[in-house]
Amino acid sequence: MSKGTLFDKVWDLHTVGTLPSGQTQLFIGLHLIHEVTSPQAFAMLRERNLKVLFADRTVATVDHIVPTENQARPFADALAEEMMQALEKNTQDYGIRFYNVGSGNQGIVHVIAPEQGLTQPGMTIACGDSHTSTHGAFGAIAFGIGTSQVRDVLASQTLALAKLKVRKIEINGELPHGVFAKDVILHIIRQLGVKGGVGYAYEFAGTTFEAMNMEERMTVCNMSIEGGARCGYINPDETTFNYLKDRDFAPQGEAWDKAVSWWSSIHSDTDAEYDDVVKFDAADIEPTVTWGITPGQGLGISETVPVAENLAESDRAIAQEAYKYMQLTPGQPIKGTKIDVCFIGSCTNGRISDLREAAKVAQGHHVASGVKAFVVPGSERVKQAAEAEGLNKIFEQAGFEWREPGCSMCLAMNPDKLEGDQMSASSSNRNFKGRQGSSTGRTLLMSPAMVVAAAVKGQVSDVRELF
Amino acid sequence: MSEVKALSGKAIAVMGDDIDTDRIIPARYLRCVTFDGLGEHAFADDRIQSNGEHPFDNPDRQGASILVTNNNFGCGSSREHAPQALSKWGIKAVIGQSFAEIFFGNCVAIGVPCVIASPEEVKQLQALIDENPQTEITVDLSNMEVTSENFSIPVQMNEGSRQMFLNGTWDNCGQLVNNAESVKVTATKLPYVNWQTA
Repeated sequence: MSKGTLFDKVWDLHTVGTLPSGQTQLFIGLHLIHEVTSPQAFAMLRERNLKVLFADRTVATVDHIVPTENQARPFADALAEEMMQALEKNTQDYGIRFYNVGSGNQGIVHVIAPEQGLTQPGMTIACGDSHTSTHGAFGAIAFGIGTSQVRDVLASQTLALAKLKVRKIEINGELPHGVFAKDVILHIIRQLGVKGGVGYAYEFAGTTFEAMNMEERMTVCNMSIEGGARCGYINPDETTFNYLKDRDFAPQGEAWDKAVSWWSSIHSDTDAEYDDVVKFDAADIEPTVTWGITPGQGLGISETVPVAENLAESDRAIAQEAYKYMQLTPGQPIKGTKIDVCFIGSCTNGRISDLREAAKVAQGHHVASGVKAFVVPGSERVKQAAEAEGLNKIFEQAGFEWREPGCSMCLAMNPDKLEGDQMSASSSNRNFKGRQGSSTGRTLLMSPAMVVAAAVKGQVSDVRELF
Repeated sequence: MSEVKALSGKAIAVMGDDIDTDRIIPARYLRCVTFDGLGEHAFADDRIQSNGEHPFDNPDRQGASILVTNNNFGCGSSREHAPQALSKWGIKAVIGQSFAEIFFGNCVAIGVPCVIASPEEVKQLQALIDENPQTEITVDLSNMEVTSENFSIPVQMNEGSRQMFLNGTWDNCGQLVNNAESVKVTATKLPYVNWQTA
C-alpha cells in the first residue's frame, strides 16, 4: 500500500469518515459541471427534495453541445437548446456560478478551471466527465464521475470511494525535437495498455515532466483515463506556482504565501512508498500516432502497423477488429496514410501553447487540397489570446477554419462530425469506433503539430520534416 | 431502496475486449435531459454496422437481463448514460472478465451489479448461452456464483460494493447527506476552503 505520496496526503486530508461499506466518504474541494451529465442529477435532487450543500464550490460551463460556427440562440439543434436551458435554469435555481457562452470565460470545463486558477494543488476535484484527470497536473486529485455521483456531490459535497493504489511513472531526459507531451502520454498508454491503470492513480515523475509547462502537464494527466487510471497527477513545483500566481481565483497577498507553503508540503515525500513503479526514457519516444480503435494502439511515426502474430495474445483480437474498422493492413507504414479531416482542439490539446505549436508548423504552408482542417480553441480566453497573437490569421492563411470554443469534434455532440468512413487526424483523446460522429468514421490521434503536418501533406507525416 | 441478492433471467453475450461507453451509447444520444428512452439506442452504431446481426437485435435475446462481456468493458467516457441505456434495455446484471472503474461505479449507483469471472469460465458461459438462448442464468451475490441448471462458476466483486447490494445501500446519497455536519468539519480543516471560494 502506498505511503507518503501526494495522493495519500490529499486523500487523508479530505476523508470525512469511513462508510459502513468500508468506502471512504471523501470531501470534494471543487465540483465542475456541464450540460451533458448534470440535468438528470438536478432532477434527482428535486425528486428527493435535497439542497446543494456548498453551492460556492461548484462551477458550471457549457462545452459539449455548443456549435462552433453559429452560436446564435436558440441553437439550431433543439435538443442542444433544451440542455442549454436546463443548465441555465439549474444554475440559477441553486445559485451556482455559470460561465455561459459569450461571458468571456466559457470553454471546455478542463480548460477554464485551470486558466482561472480554480484548479489548485492539494484539492480534490470531481466532474461528470472522465477527462477530469486533467486537473491532476496541478497536484490535485481529480477524477471523472457519473451522474448519480454528480447528484451526491451537489447534495453532500462528498463521494463514496475506495482508495486507489498509486503507480509512479518516472520518465527522465529531454524530449527529442518534434516530440510533445501528447507523444509522451500516447507512449505510456501504448506501453502499459488501456486497462493497465485500472485501480491506480498515476503519479508522473522525473525530469521530463519537471521540464514541462503546466499546459503540457495537463495534456499528460488528461489522458490518464485512456490508460485506465481514473486520475493522474504531477507534484506541484515552482512551475505550478508561477502559473497560478495572480489568476482570478488564486489566493492573494498573505494567503498566497501560506498557500505556497501548504502546496509544497503535500508533495510526495522523497521516501514515499508506491504500489508500483515503472520507468521510461524520454529519448526513446518518437512522434506517436494511433493506428487502431483504442488509444493504446499507438505507433512511432517511423513504425508499421503491427502484425497480430507479433502482439501479445491478449492484444490480437482487438488488433484484428482494428484492421477491419480502420481499413489498414498489418505491416503497412502508418506514415503516408491518407487523411480527410484535421481537427485541432479538445481538453487534451486546445490550449494556447498547443495552438502556438500548431501555428509554428502551419506558418508558410497550406492545407492539402481535399482536406478539411479546423481549429477549435479550448475556451473564450484561449481564443482571445490566440487572436491577440495573430494565430488565427496564420491558421486561416494556411487554409484552416478558425472556430468558436467547445468540445467540438472530439466527441461530435455538436454539428462538427466526420462523414462516412472519413479518416481524421485529431489532437483529441479517443479513437474509439464512431467517436467523431460517424459510425464508420476513423480517427488517428496525434499531437497538434502532427495534425498540422498531416493537414499540409494530406497524409500522416513526420512533423520533423516540416520544421 | 431494495436489496439486491440474486438476479435471474435469460442471458445475452456481447463479445470483445475494450468495449467503450461511446459504443454502448454513442454521444449523439446524450443530447437529452432525462435518461428515458436511452434503452433503444444501446449499442446503436455497433448494431448499424452489424446489419441486424448484433446480439441486441437477435429475436432470441429479447427480454434477456444478464449481460455477459469480456475485458475492460465500459472503458472511456464517464457517461452514466451507458449503464442507464443497458438498464433501460432490460439488463439487470453484468458478468465480465474485467470492468473499467468509472463504469463499475456508475453501475453500483443505479443498482446493477457487475461481477468478474475468469476468462475460461466466461467462455464456458458464452458457449452455454449460445447453445441454449432460453436458459435461465442466476447471478447470486450471497454465494458469489453464477449458476444455471447443471452449471456453476465462482464470481468476484469487491466486498464493499457487494455489501451495498446485499444491504440495499447501493444508493448511498442519503448516507452521505446525513453526515453533513462531519462534512462541514472536514471542510473547515482544509486551508483552501478559507482562502478560495468559487
